[in-house]
Amino acid sequence: MLAIVRPDGWNLPLLVHVAGAMLLVGALVVVMAVTAGGLRRGDDAAVLTRLAFRTLLIGVLPAYIAMRAGAEWIASESAVGDPTWVGIGYGVGDGGLLLTIAAIVLAWRAARRGSGGSARAVFVLSALLIVAYAVAIWAMTAKPA
Amino acid sequence: MSLYDWLLCLHVVAAFMLVAGLSSYGVLAVGGKAARRVLAPPAAALWNVGGLGVLVLGIWLALEVDGYELWDGWIIAAIVLWLVASGAGGRLERGVREGALDGAGMLLAAMAIATTLLLVDMIFKPGA
Repeated sequence: MLAIVRPDGWNLPLLVHVAGAMLLVGALVVVMAVTAGGLRRGDDAAVLTRLAFRTLLIGVLPAYIAMRAGAEWIASESAVGDPTWVGIGYGVGDGGLLLTIAAIVLAWRAARRGSGGSARAVFVLSALLIVAYAVAIWAMTAKPA
Repeated sequence: MSLYDWLLCLHVVAAFMLVAGLSSYGVLAVGGKAARRVLAPPAAALWNVGGLGVLVLGIWLALEVDGYELWDGWIIAAIVLWLVASGAGGRLERGVREGALDGAGMLLAAMAIATTLLLVDMIFKPGA
């Protein structure tokens, strides 16, 4: 395999995109772990649920914006077209935003009312988002079709 | 998928795990006792597995790809940054385990700066 050299102009947008994606997944892992801990530990549940809500708001949402802005920036620089792997990226990104907004609303509800059902839903949504982003990572690196 | 595709994919997944571990340590350091109890195990696991994966798969990639050599400046810089991040991470992990979080902020800053520079180095590949 020969080394692939990309044009210098793509590096900064790629850095913004990848750094945003890494922080996004990292923050989602924190949300999932904290929510799971809150569901397990009755005494700390309120503290951990509030922490999950704050992490979604201060960590996940800004990281999503950086990831998505970087994606648009590099797409405009590289004129990559519309191959399958780009479609997977956009699909996961768009669907991911909806699920993230749902998770934020549910985490807010869980933090205010102490609802175990909402906290469980936040856990499931964050796990689902991590799996979806794992698929996107595979698509971005292996570039199928 | 070719061997190169697999190596690159797993290398990037390992880097995501490393940053997830770093994020967990970051929240753990400011999140109080409850956050520490819940986040310490996944933080250590993600940081260690991600760090090892990044190094091993990165070296394998450098050997696999014509045009990259282990003694290229950007690859040596990456290994040095990896050592700095791992050294700080090891000390932070020990501090968290023993409940002694004095200097955790400095160690976390060292891990975050080294990891960020590692990502910059991987993308810009200066001198490649």
